[in-house]
Amino acid sequence: MNFTIIINEYQLYLTGLWTTLWLVSFSLLLGLCIAIPAGIFKSSKNKFIRLPISAYIYFFRGTPLLIQLFIIYYGSAQSEFLRSSWIWDYLQNAWFCALLAFTLNTGAYTAEIVRGVIAAMPKGEIEAAKAYGMSPLQILRRISLPNSIRRALPAYSNEVIFMIHSSAIAGIITIMDITGAARVVNGRYYAPVEAFSTAAMLYLCLTFTTIFIFKQWEKHLQI
Amino acid sequence: MQELLNYSHLLLQGAWVTIQVAIFSLLIALILGLLAALAKLSHSRILRTIATLYTTIIRGVPDLILMLLLYFGGQIIVNQLSYNVNQWINTYLTNHNQAHEWYAYLPNYIDITPYAAGIITIGFILGAYMTETFRGAILSIPKGQIEAANAYGMSQNKIFYRVMFPQMMRHALPGIGNNWLVLLKTTALVSIIGLQDMVKVAQDASGSTQQPFLFYITVAFVYLFFTAISNIYLKKLETKYTIITR
Repeated sequence: MNFTIIINEYQLYLTGLWTTLWLVSFSLLLGLCIAIPAGIFKSSKNKFIRLPISAYIYFFRGTPLLIQLFIIYYGSAQSEFLRSSWIWDYLQNAWFCALLAFTLNTGAYTAEIVRGVIAAMPKGEIEAAKAYGMSPLQILRRISLPNSIRRALPAYSNEVIFMIHSSAIAGIITIMDITGAARVVNGRYYAPVEAFSTAAMLYLCLTFTTIFIFKQWEKHLQI
Repeated sequence: MQELLNYSHLLLQGAWVTIQVAIFSLLIALILGLLAALAKLSHSRILRTIATLYTTIIRGVPDLILMLLLYFGGQIIVNQLSYNVNQWINTYLTNHNQAHEWYAYLPNYIDITPYAAGIITIGFILGAYMTETFRGAILSIPKGQIEAANAYGMSQNKIFYRVMFPQMMRHALPGIGNNWLVLLKTTALVSIIGLQDMVKVAQDASGSTQQPFLFYITVAFVYLFFTAISNIYLKKLETKYTIITR
């Protein structure tokens, strides 16, 4: 065991940590933008709205993220149409493909959480708010939104941790996230134990910090 | 489309590897999960600590990192260990008998195949998730029943397989089903350490035919097919167990 290698290469790991952090944060944020409308309209009565949304959620929840990433990163090169369009500039970028795959993936999982929260909305509270003469916007801001966030938070914190862990596969398509850094260090010194256990420690810290933040938030929201 | 037909044989073989990895790692996960759940609920503090450490660490680290650590790192650690043991035994014997000749009592080189590394890691990871499922299921068994079994003079083992286990499985089934679906998707990672599963076959095929989209989307649909079949089967299993309760 020779951990001086790691100390010498700490900058690589720091950039990796930073890449993982922003990649995950951005995909979670963008994923949420997909998830909220998708979750709301998944129980729509209109078949043309409901079916595509259900198909999207089913596909992205039923297949491995690795395959989704490969379809976007490698698969897009097969289409002549995509190659000649402006979007190709982005699809050539590994980080753009990773961001797209992660966003679509977390969007599908989160949509299911959103749907569950809406389906389990306590009707009595909203009726009571209406009886008090609140406007729909007031009801949303004062009653249904805080209530929904409180109920969605435990499931969503799991999704966030799941996303941090899944983001490790970004290292496979040449992105220098924590996994990418560990792979580079391993390649340079052939020290797999040191390289990967350092990465594991970093992910462990990231996970615990996330759990801590969500626990505090949950406590804060508790009535 | 012709390319797909040319590779269909290899893709089927890859799918078979995926199924094998999934089933073997499920077995490991179930055994580990059950043991760790029992350890977590036991009276021994050491067992509880070990089980808690296991579930916390495994659930805090990405599956890919663990797999790379075991596949590349495990090789080095195991070989170093067996070398040290050999060295130690031989030194000991030479000290007692000058005529002793050096002999490798443990194999000097142990090869961890991607197949073994994949199965062990996935089983190990899902075992941590199964622990929570089993723990919840054990806790949902009414205490009175175990006390009643005790009062009947059943041994601890008997209580476990007559009273606890059948009821526990009923409560654990939905959780096991969810974990199985996660496990199935995790198997895609074994392609990264070089095992010839569906994903690896698709990777090789798309390299030589220049049709990556075709192959990856096919593999995606095979995964969807596996998920759909599992869902149907799990529903059947669950209804079967609820009928027994009545």
